[in-house]
Formats: sequence, C-alpha cells, structure tokens
Amino acid sequence: MTSAQTALDLRFLDSRDRGGPTQPLLIARALRKHFPVKRSGGRAVQAVDGISFAVHKGETLGIVGESGCGKSTLARLLLHLIAPDAGELVFDGDAVAVPGGIAVGALRRQVQMVFQDSHASLNPRMPIRDSVAFGPFVQGKPREAARGIARDMLGKVGLDPELFGPRYPHELSGGQKQRVNIARALATDPRMVILDEPVSALDKSVEAQVLNLLRSLKRQFNLTYVFISHDLSVVRYISDRVLVMYLGRVVELGTVDAIFERPQHPYTRALLASRPSMDPTRRIDEPPIVGDPPNPIDPPAGCRFHTRCPFAEPVCASKDPPLGESGVADSHIAACHMLDPRSGHSRAGAAAA
Amino acid sequence: MPDTLAIDEPLGSFDEQAAPATRVRGYWQSVFYRLRHDPVTLFFAAMVLSIVLAAICAPLIAPFDPYRESIVGRLKPFGWRDHALGTDELGRDMLTRLLYGGRVSLLMGVVPVVVASLIGGMLGVLAGFVGGRVNTAIMRTMDVFYAFPSVLLAVAIAGAMGGGMVNGMLALTLVFIPPMCRVAETATTQVRALDFIEAARASGAGALTIIRYHVLGNVLGPVFIYASSLVSVSILLASGLSFLGLGVRPPLPDWGLMLSTLRQSIYVVPLVCALPGVAIFITSICCNLVSDGLRAAMDVRM
Repeated sequence: MTSAQTALDLRFLDSRDRGGPTQPLLIARALRKHFPVKRSGGRAVQAVDGISFAVHKGETLGIVGESGCGKSTLARLLLHLIAPDAGELVFDGDAVAVPGGIAVGALRRQVQMVFQDSHASLNPRMPIRDSVAFGPFVQGKPREAARGIARDMLGKVGLDPELFGPRYPHELSGGQKQRVNIARALATDPRMVILDEPVSALDKSVEAQVLNLLRSLKRQFNLTYVFISHDLSVVRYISDRVLVMYLGRVVELGTVDAIFERPQHPYTRALLASRPSMDPTRRIDEPPIVGDPPNPIDPPAGCRFHTRCPFAEPVCASKDPPLGESGVADSHIAACHMLDPRSGHSRAGAAAA
Repeated sequence: MPDTLAIDEPLGSFDEQAAPATRVRGYWQSVFYRLRHDPVTLFFAAMVLSIVLAAICAPLIAPFDPYRESIVGRLKPFGWRDHALGTDELGRDMLTRLLYGGRVSLLMGVVPVVVASLIGGMLGVLAGFVGGRVNTAIMRTMDVFYAFPSVLLAVAIAGAMGGGMVNGMLALTLVFIPPMCRVAETATTQVRALDFIEAARASGAGALTIIRYHVLGNVLGPVFIYASSLVSVSILLASGLSFLGLGVRPPLPDWGLMLSTLRQSIYVVPLVCALPGVAIFITSICCNLVSDGLRAAMDVRM
C-alpha cells in the first residue's frame, strides 16, 4: 500500500482539507437513479440501484463493469450532473445539496470530470485555450488570470501552449484532445477527478501515454481519482482499489491485488477469466460467461447475477445477498450468498477460501 | 503495482506531439478563406452588393424625380426621350422608379428576416436548451403557424392589420418566426446533447453563461445560413403583398406594386411592364446563390 502512504504524507498540504486524513473524500450512500421509461406503466431503467462506497483521500478507485451496468450514470451522480432519486453524497464530511451541507456549486469547485468522448467534450467553435480557461473564468477568476491558468495547464499536460492554445479541437488528434480535457478538468484546481472511460477511445500507444500522464498529474496535484473503465488491464494498472458493478449494484469491492488475485464473486471471476491470455496454450474457446446482462428495466429478483451464475441456487433467486460494510480502507467485500455461512447456499463458506 | 502495463515512456516520445503542419485558422477565418476561393459566390455577392448600393444611392444616380408624371409620355418604350427604360402608365421614368423601388423592396426583404431571426432564434434557443414542457409549448405554438401556407398567412395577417409598408413587414416577420425558431431549436438540441455542455455545467457554469459561451456560437451558423436564404423569399412575398394591394401603397415605388399596376399595359409595352419582375427575379436569384455559397463555405467539419 505504498500509494496510500504517499497520499497520507501529501494530504496535509491541502488547505481545503476539512475532515482529516481518515475522513473519506467522497462517500456515496445508497445512491439510486431510475430512469422512467415512457408508456411502460411506470417501469424504469434501474441504472444505479442503491450503491454505497467511499473514496479515500489520495487513492484511485477503479470502477469496472460491463456496458450498460450504470458506470456512467454513477459518474454523473457523483458530480450531481443528474440528481439522484435517493441516497446521499458526503464530500469530505459535508453532505451535498441538503440543508446544512455544501451546495452543488461548492462540490463542483472541488470535483471535476473527464469524459470518454474527447471530441464531443470540447466546444468545436472555441480555441482550446479558451475551453481550458472557461472553468476558472466561470468560477470567478478574471479573464487574464484564467488565460494564464490555461497556458500553465496546457504545459502541464504536455502541450505547448503557444503552439496548441489557439487551435480548434478538429485540428488535434484524439490523444491531444484528451490531454486538453484533462487540462480543462484540472484548471479549476479540483481535489478529485472523475475519469469516465478516459482512454477507451484512444489508440493503445496513446492510451499508455495518457495513463502515465494521469499518474504523474495525480502525484503533482495531490489528486484523488475515480477511474471508470471496462478495460481490466487499465484498471489494474492505475487503481489502488477496485469496485465491480453489475446491473446498477456493487458486487465486489477491494484492493486491486485482492480483486485481481483473490476474486470472490463469481461475476468478478468470470470478468477476469474473460481477458484474453498472452499464453497461446492457455487460450480458451469457451466463454467464461454467457449471454447478455438482463434488461435493467426488469432486473432479476434476489441476486441480479443469478441468471448467468454457474453456482446459482434457489436462495439466489429469492434473497438479495448483502454486500457488507467497507469500514476499513483495504477491506475486501463481495455480495454473494456463497460467502455468507448463514445464507443457506450449499457452497456457503466453502467458496470464501 | 502490477507490471502488466509498465510503460513509463517519457512524455513527448510519440509523433502525436508533432506540430500540425497547417496554419492555425479559426472557424470564421476558414469560412472567409473558402469564400475567397469561390468565384461564383463572389460574383453574385458583388451583384447583390451593387443592387443594394444602387438602391441606397437612388437619389444621387436616378435621372428623374420618381413622382414626376407626364400625360404625353405615358407607356413609352426603351430609350424614349432620355428615358432609358421607358415610362410607366403615368409617364414616370422607369429607371428612376426601379432604383427607388429597390429601396422599399430590399428593406422589406431584409428587415423582416433580421427581426424574425432575432425573435425566432431566441425562442428556438430557449426551447432547445430548456427542453421539456417549455419546448413543447413553444414548438407546438410554432406548428400552429406552420399549418398555414406562408403566402396565405402573410396575406391574412396583412389583410387583418390593413395595408401599408410597416404592417406588411410585421406580417412577414410573423411568417418567418416559426421556421427560424425551428432551425435554432434543432441546432440547440443537437449542441445541448454534447459532452462539452455537461463539462461546462461541471465547471459550475449557469444556464445563461453556457448559452452565451457554448450554445450561441454553435447555433449562429445554421441560423445565419437559413436567414440568408429567406431574404429572397421575403422580397418575393413582399412583392406579392404589394401586388395584392396589402403592402406598399401608391405612389410609393415598389417592385411588386409596379408589377401590379403595369400588368394592364402588358400588350402596349410588354418589355417595360416586365421590368419590375426582372428586377425581383435577378435580386432574389442573386440572394439565393450567395446563400448557397455561404452554406457551402460554412459547412466546415469541425
């Protein structure tokens, strides 16, 4: 846990710290977002359905899951870009958007986001230096000061501000545009950055550059990351802890080593097994997980994974497996009946080992 | 940390960092660059410009007084006694009346379009940006206006308010607001769905700031292109209103009105009687071709 220790040394440098080193920077409690489907008789897409977790100061929390499992909705909920139906956000000890807590605007001064589509997240009619300067300008910096910050930030992400500043997004490559987006997110001096699939649309060589840039910026600015991706290798490379999502729920949460070396949930195991092997003799023909995720409009009762789980038993279809509390920073928890000796599953207790 | 992806290349080691070879050129700069290299559009733009200049300078270049009548010199052909383009049914000089008529016709072509772009554009941006019920309320109201053919609507409004140049312009403005609104709404809805609007919200910007800095710049292009194509329609409709006696009142010269009064003399001096129609035709086709050129030049993939 070297990274957690580095974070411990650095976090006292931030004058905006309120809760102290052990207070998680962001806590999500029972966040829920259902999108109503028109003309369906009140049914809704259960994009995020009761998700709780904490992001500790200075860490990188990776969030993985299949397409459509609610990763991006979760990212937007964390920034209050969409309002949750239920649940609460606590930023550094202060509840967000409730009486007595901090306002959404105060949250957005400290949390920023980088989007997957590097092109669509830049205004095509604006030179990139203005796109980067927009955040500080909106948050009250005079125009010239905002431009100065933009020059500075473009330099920090490895783009020559004199050469690239006056250019328009269509004149830049995908990797360059994503650098601009990172500069834009960091221009307002946030404490936390939510990265929603920031490298998924990039070439592999550029992807590695951007990942390394993100790591060095994190050290430089003492940042906390929430890194959303469907690419397990990328998540393993950049994360300290990993949260696995399935159909709007958390199925497993633990340190990167725990998740990748000792996965507990059958879904996590299937995900890990689905990575192509570098060893030709170990290539598999059978898919480790079959079928598509069920429709999030009508998620299965009980454990949501039971329809595709090789170990499913009647108890899985009737009872919702509890996830457990993630009290300690490196606790490893998973929502599966097989891990709970009292659940009534025939393999209960055996699978934990 | 696992070493599966340990690629600690120094930044700037790929040619991704290489400087782009092209010059830095903004959107409007590239539009002007394309326009400069489009001789057809340039030619018709020059035509439009000279028509406008001739209309503005009518008092300076017109050879006669537009209201001076002559009983003996009625309906004379081209070149009759210094009247290069002949005379009308009251013996007034046609060239002079065409020049003065251009002032009225161009005014009625441009003013309604500009006013409708402002009002319709604002309504469209509002509808597109706010969405939901506001959008429904505004756009369904516009659809009601859409249900009528534009000529009939203009005639009905002008007829209800009575004739005259100002009422005619008001009627045309009302006719052009719905299409302008729809163009602005479509462009705004498209822009609003893009991530950079969400990124601006994430920086803490309010709705008005986002509209001002991120929406207007992207909506202006489509609105401008559409407005430029409406100018010729407006000139035609204004002429139509005047022709029906619902626009400009005599003796004020206007191309549509002149066409209307001269049509009874079409067998006497056919060429002279066709002149106002020719003026309308040339002006509107020049406007349309310039609009087409603008559309092509502004269609830069960004």
